[in-house]
Order: sequence, then C-alpha cells, then structure tokens
Amino acid sequence: MSTAKTPSSNGKPKVGVYVCHCGINIAGKVNVQETVDFAGTLPNVTVAREYKFMCSDPGQELIQKDLREGLVDRVVVASCSPLMHEPTFRRAMIAADANPFLFQMANIREHVSWVTPDKGAATEKSKALIAAAVARIVLHKPLEKTRVPVNSNALVVGGGIAGIHAALTLADAGRKVYLVEKEPTIGGHMAKFDKTFPTLDCSACILTPKMSAVRSHPNITLWTYSEVAGVEGFVGNFNVKVRRKPRYVKEDLCVGCYECVEACVFKKGVTKDEFNVGLSKRRPIYIPFPQATPLVAVIDPESCVQIKRNKCKKTCVDACERGAIDFDQKEEIKEVEVGAIILATGFKTFDARRISRYGYGKYPNIYTSLEVERMVNAAGPTGGEVHLKNGEKPRTVGIVHCVGSRDSRTNAYCSRVCCMYSLKLAHLIKERTGAEVYNFYIDMRTPGKGYEEFYEKLLKENVHFIRGRVAEISDWATIPEEEGKLVIRAEDTLVGAVRRIPVDMVVLSVGLEPHDDADDVRRKFNISCSHEGWFLERHPKLAPVSTFTDGVFLAGACQGPKDIPDSVAQAGAAAAEALALIDKGYVELEPNTAYVQEEFCSGCKTCVALCPYSAISFNVEKNISSVNGALCKGCGTCVAACPSGALQQNLFTDEQILHEIEGVISYV
Amino acid sequence: MSDNDRNHFEPRIVAFFCNWCTYTAADLAGTARMTYSPNVRVIRIMCSGRLDPQFVLKAFREGADGVLIGGCHPGDCHYQEGNYKALRRFKLLKRFLSQMGIEEERIRLEWIAASEGDKVQKVINQMTEQVRKLGPLNLEPISQMHPPKEKNVKAKAVAMAKGGAS
Repeated sequence: MSTAKTPSSNGKPKVGVYVCHCGINIAGKVNVQETVDFAGTLPNVTVAREYKFMCSDPGQELIQKDLREGLVDRVVVASCSPLMHEPTFRRAMIAADANPFLFQMANIREHVSWVTPDKGAATEKSKALIAAAVARIVLHKPLEKTRVPVNSNALVVGGGIAGIHAALTLADAGRKVYLVEKEPTIGGHMAKFDKTFPTLDCSACILTPKMSAVRSHPNITLWTYSEVAGVEGFVGNFNVKVRRKPRYVKEDLCVGCYECVEACVFKKGVTKDEFNVGLSKRRPIYIPFPQATPLVAVIDPESCVQIKRNKCKKTCVDACERGAIDFDQKEEIKEVEVGAIILATGFKTFDARRISRYGYGKYPNIYTSLEVERMVNAAGPTGGEVHLKNGEKPRTVGIVHCVGSRDSRTNAYCSRVCCMYSLKLAHLIKERTGAEVYNFYIDMRTPGKGYEEFYEKLLKENVHFIRGRVAEISDWATIPEEEGKLVIRAEDTLVGAVRRIPVDMVVLSVGLEPHDDADDVRRKFNISCSHEGWFLERHPKLAPVSTFTDGVFLAGACQGPKDIPDSVAQAGAAAAEALALIDKGYVELEPNTAYVQEEFCSGCKTCVALCPYSAISFNVEKNISSVNGALCKGCGTCVAACPSGALQQNLFTDEQILHEIEGVISYV
Repeated sequence: MSDNDRNHFEPRIVAFFCNWCTYTAADLAGTARMTYSPNVRVIRIMCSGRLDPQFVLKAFREGADGVLIGGCHPGDCHYQEGNYKALRRFKLLKRFLSQMGIEEERIRLEWIAASEGDKVQKVINQMTEQVRKLGPLNLEPISQMHPPKEKNVKAKAVAMAKGGAS
C-alpha cells in the first residue's frame, strides 16, 4: 500500500497508462488496443489498460485500484483535453491517496480522433502523444497546492438587468458588492422598454423596484458614471481601480427635485437625449429619466456653458436649495479589494446606417426598433403615441427583421431577441394606432416559454407576415398608390414572387452587437472574446458563466445576445458561482510556479526585469534571485530566459519538456 | 530527392501551444470536427513566453522537420506580455537557425486566439505542406558531433564557476 502513496525515491517509477475509448469518439478513429500494446512496451510502464469511459466511476476505480495495490505510482490517461478532465482525474488520484500531480493527460480526442480522418494516422499520432506523456511523467514530483484566502467582497461591472440581479443576489447573501455603471443611472436597456415579451408586463414595473433595492441595499456600493480603470491581482484577491467621472452635482446632497433642470439658462433641450435614443433633446443639466437610480442630476461638460466657457448666470446653483451643484468637482479614483468579479456590460444595437439600401437616416419615417420602444413607452418622448414626423398616425407599418443579423456582410449570427421584440412592437403599434402591420422575416424564431403562443396570438390579431429578406426600402413610386409612401421591396418566398408593399412607417429590427469598447474592457479583465467580440465563456456547455481567468464571471448579453429571462438566469448563475468561490474562504493555486535552484543562480538579474508580476526579488547578500510563490502566476517567461538554467517551473521544468519532445518524436 | 519521394514524405512537426489561446483553439477545432493533417504533435506550455529556444533546437535534433509555435494575439496574453517575449526570442532564433543551415520556413510563430479553431486547421495544413516541400531535415552529421548527453551541463558549469556544489 505504501508504495502507491508516494513514489519511492530510489526505486524505478511505475507508470500506468489508461487509454479511453470515449464511446466511439476515440475508438472510432484510433485503434485503442494497438495503442495500449504500444504503451506497454514503453520504458517504466508497468500497467497499460483501456476502458470505454475513463472519466466514469468504474474508469476512475480502475486507476485507483492499481494505485492502491502498488502496481503504479504515476498515471497517464489518454483521453480528452486536459482542459476538460484533468481536474476529474486529479481528484481521482487524491481519492486513492496519491499525489494529484503525478498525473499527465494525452489529448487523443480533441487533438487526434476528432481532427484526423485517417485511422492509421490517428493511431500513430495517439502513440506519439502517449509516448510524450510517459516520457515526461517519470520526472514529475509530488507537489502541493498553496492556499490563499479569498476576499469576500465582489465587483459587478454593468448596471443593466443582469448586473442588477447579480449584485442583489450577492448582497442578499450578505456579501459586500461594488456595482459600477458607466452611465449616470443603472437600468440599462431594459429601462428604455415599455413592455416585455411575451407577457406584455410593464418593463418599468418589474425593473424599477429592483433598481431602488440596489440603491437602498446596505451591502451595495453603487458607483454610476464610473468606469473600471484597472485590475490587478488574481482570483480571490483582485485590486480594482474605479474612475468616478465628475457629475458636478454632489450625490449625497441632491434629492432629484428637478429645480436645477428647470432653472437652467437653456429653456429647451440642446443636446441629443441619450436615454430617448435621440428622439428628443435634453438640457446640459439633466436627470436621465424620472426613475433614474440614483436620482441625481448630472451636468454634461460638453454642453454646459459654465464648464465650457466659464461664463453663465449659474441659475442652477441659485435654484438648488441644498447647494448640491459643484463646478469644481474632479475625477476621483477609488480603489477596492474584491474576491470575485462579474462582468455584465451588455450590448449595443446595430447601426442601421450601415445598410444603406434600407434608407435609415435618409427617409424621415424609418425608425430603429429601439427608437420605437421609446415611442411606445408612455414615459417616452411622445407620451406613448406612435406617429410620423408630421404628427399623423401611420396607417401602414412595415417591420423588417434581421437588420444586421444572419447576414455574412454584417453579422452572421442570429441576435435571438429580434423576432420576439418585433412581434411585441407589432402588437403595440397595432394597439396604439390600429395600423396594418407587415412583418418581413426570414425565419420566425420563437423558442422560449410562451413565445410560440405569443406568435400564434399575433397571427390571430391579423398582423401580416411576409417570409423573405427585404431587398430595399425607397420612396420611388411606380403606381399612384405608392405616391408619398415608403416602398418595401422583398421577395415573398412562400408565394414565390417579388412584392412591393407601400407603408407610412418602417421599423428596422436591429440586431445586437458587442460594445465598441468591449475589446478594451476584456483586456482589462484579461479574458478572451469570440470572433464577433462577445466575451468568451470557459466552456459553452459546462462552464457558461466562467471565463479563462479564475474569479471573473459573465452575466447577460456581454457573452452573446440574450433576452431578459436568459440574462437574469445567467446573472443568478454567475452570482452563485461567485458565492461558491467566496464562501469557500480560500482558493487553491495551481502549483506551476517558478523556483530558483540557488546553487545554479549566477545573479545576473535577467529574470527580475522580465517578471510581469514583480514576483522575483534579488537578494544582494547571497547574490541570487528568489521567486515569491504567492505572486508568481506560472507563465514561465523567466524560466525560458534564465541563462544558467537555475530557474525552473513546477510541472514544466526544462527536463520535463525536453523529455516530452523526445517522447513525441522518438518512439513512433 | 525525387519528386515522388517528396510527395510521400510525411514531415514530423512539433508544436508548442500556449495553454490559454492556441491550445484552447486546437481543442475548439476538435470540438468542431475540423479535420487537418496529422503531422503536427502539440506540446502544451502555459505561455508562449515559456518557450526556451533550446526546446526548438532539441526538437530539430531529435528529428523534427519543423517547429510551430502558437501564442495569444498581441495584447491578449494571459500573462500580460509573454507573447512579446516569445516574439523577440523567435526573431533571434530564426536568424540563428538560418546560420546553422536550417531553412526559415521550418519554424513558424502564429498568434491564434481561443476562438480561432479554423486558424489552427489552416496553419497546421499550411505548415505541413510547406515542410513537405522542403523535404526532411537531415541533421545526422551535426548530432554526431555532439558529446554524449549529460543532464544540466550548462547549470553545472555555472555552479562550478561559482565554486558551488554538485
């Protein structure tokens, strides 16, 4: 028994090789028996076996039995990617009282059977990878993971519905949460909507209570009009700098009474109102909308004459009884320590100007769906009235689906929410105006609870559906009925003819895209993104809210287009994952850190300057470098640079990699 | 070497992929069942910055006909800037190899992000064909010139110079 626990220091290593069939995923392309026979001939291999599913309980027991009986003291499993099941097998090693780092995987699924058409070549490549793993594992040493305490605070970036839900969940669990939002108010896109599909319940009625809960929650520190300036540290121990932009109104004094807004020297709006997506104008001092959270005015430095030219009657200052206005406010940097980070930075809508043949920006009565969301909102710029630029109600409205979605010229992906919100807008427009509504769709995509039923309901409401992508929208009339109208030209693929539908108003159902600054944001948090720019999850199925950076989680549409129910569900999942990390109280760090073999160090200091984490310090008395294991993240850059071979990296020593190279080439 | 031999030559290529971007991309290529040539064998390192130039020399000496290195795109390194370090070493190494008579086309550095499974497929196929055209790298006379293997020769020499142990 004892021989199985730790490898004997003088005896020969005993390597067990276990080749997985993975059903037919591997066995369908790789001759498993041949690889097992080959593995048995390799030096130091004492046991070579195969099994249908090595990751299953019986598969793991196979390894554990051999370890317990002392037949093997190191294990190579040839199966899937180590990124998939390395943790599983390491746990199996621990359960058999063996050191989990006397283990190596050969990736013969993702790197061989799934990508190699030829069976013979796949088998040969598998052998090479097994030989490499066996060659390196004889040099593995037992290692211990270091435990580092976890800070119990959390940071949530983005105050849309996903960020709000995640922050509230964590705060309700008793954790301190910092919620950072770049706009002057939280609420995100959801705050702009009138109704939500498919229930048609009022968006504000379900969102605003959550917004005020954030404001009043004792465990939440809300920083709006703020951005994350920098992130340092690692899982459980992040140091985050938050830049708070000056809003020129003291947040603790302002009560949101609107007196300053009314008193502004500009009696009418002068700048595009961001909240109404440009449908109205606002003054330089403003509150984004009446339920804004925090309900605090903000002064836009771009349009305020006092800030721009330092000459204004400052009527706002006189109007504020509480003396909240402060033109001397400066940018502030806050620094916080957190254990976990949730990114919920959301999306932007597709810019319809990019498809010039749809005429957005050219013809007055062509709107984007987000503009119409504001229009149908009772609290919006038109008080819920849908009307044309001339004030008349439209009698015919065309809704064009998939604008900027499912098109290789713009975005190839489906934005997932447009079919449903188009149906919702069709219903609302018909309800408010009684207009004839035409939906132009490619496919109707309504998977979701109650979604297909909503589509059925719309069909019964006599909304028209034309299946085909719209080719062009113009005011070019060919018959008298088209005069003064917008003509939508589309192929009706169900009829098999090109149709021209004259309408008064067009709604372009724009798709969802990553924010312009998504790339900067992800770099700050050291995470990856997909081709399209959506933040990349650790695993699409098994780790959908985790990222490749431990301790950083994703919620909502920053990970990909999502509707409200999905965003909330994902936010809850992200909060639960963050809690699981925080409540454990500690994190175990992978022991792949660098270390100095003191007797070989020549004191050249090459490594000291190379380390991006300042983990290497130089001892002047001993004339050697030393690595602080708590700061080292295990990149190995210093190891590669060390001219005397004194620096080594656990699990990736020079010798281990050199053996692996020999193994991968020499035996086949 | 005749054209016929060249067509039947199967090059052996060793690849060093960083854990966070390129290795993950290769996994993605697998999950998406993108088929590519079986000639490249991947060794996982945590960061392309870990690539000691001696690994490349070792691979050539052991009989590799080509070496492929994969790291994160500039600015995307999981360890901030390891890929820049890799690039610096790579440029020097390439010059060194060509002075040794090893064609530049036998070594390649590519930035491949975790989402770029298709790029793994493309690069591996290109690399295989490129090396196939060059034919085998025959280093036999050179490797015979080397003294018998002794582990950590370099480190020992330093230790001796310092008057240390071992």
